[in-house]
Amino acid sequence: MKLQVIVTLKKDVLDPQGSAIKSSLSNMGFKNIESLRQGKTFEIIVKEKDEKVALSKAKEMCEKLLANLTIEDYSVRTIKE
Amino acid sequence: MKASVIVFPGSNCDRDIKISLEKFGIKTSMIWHADAKLPKSDLVVLPGGFSYGDYLRCGSIASKSRIMKEVITHSKKGGLVMGICNGFQVLVETQLLPGVLIRNINLKFICKNITVKVTNNKTNFTSKTNRNTVLEIPIAHNEGNYFANKDLINELEDNNQIVLQYCDSAGNITEQCNPNGSIKNIAGIINKKGNVFGLMPHPERASDKLLGGMDGSIIFKSLK
Repeated sequence: MKLQVIVTLKKDVLDPQGSAIKSSLSNMGFKNIESLRQGKTFEIIVKEKDEKVALSKAKEMCEKLLANLTIEDYSVRTIKE
Repeated sequence: MKASVIVFPGSNCDRDIKISLEKFGIKTSMIWHADAKLPKSDLVVLPGGFSYGDYLRCGSIASKSRIMKEVITHSKKGGLVMGICNGFQVLVETQLLPGVLIRNINLKFICKNITVKVTNNKTNFTSKTNRNTVLEIPIAHNEGNYFANKDLINELEDNNQIVLQYCDSAGNITEQCNPNGSIKNIAGIINKKGNVFGLMPHPERASDKLLGGMDGSIIFKSLK
């Protein structure tokens, strides 16, 4: 089963890379961007048929390693191939 | 006093720290990250560098390495732990210290001499300094921007856990002399119990006259 994990910075955490990307896009002519935040995605293939079990394992991975919960939020979903 | 310096793949300040510790009479062993056992030590040092190539988040993968379980046990028993630069990042990732270190606000790797004020000299790591002493020590990092929420910052202040703050040469803590955007100009903090210390400046790079300064040596002299 294929899983997608998205890790993003929490709202109140400064994102200097996101701001730099936003201003670069704006210099390129994309003037209507209100906000831009950078995050990370992970694609994980697990040997697991039960979707519930796979998602709960992925959540555990996020809490133990993939995200730093002090500054980051995460979401997990399965991807249909 | 006996010290262990943990060596991760990508550590690059490990030998400099050994030289500095031994210069001040601390017997030092180098311990590989994959080892399962920490030798009897009074102090564990997590050195600077780029452990695991800074993959995922700086210090995150090192924080899960085998030896870190032993380091955590050592700290829970009250043993001293000092994390310098990448070592500080490892300490926040293991949650032995609160908060996080995020990308420098100017998005640049900063490598230069800066000045820090010792705002708490009642620690095992700063006891030989006078309160508010200004030390000139180099920094070299890309992720040294200390971040924590308001409640945590209040807690750090109330418990006197902020040990080093970026300042100008006269000791004024201002926005202009904050190199990386750290909240409250934080350069180094200690845990509540007072045995785990993390700092971004590199005292081992300012512990020999040949290196251009001796201000960092006071940290090694304070260790007891």
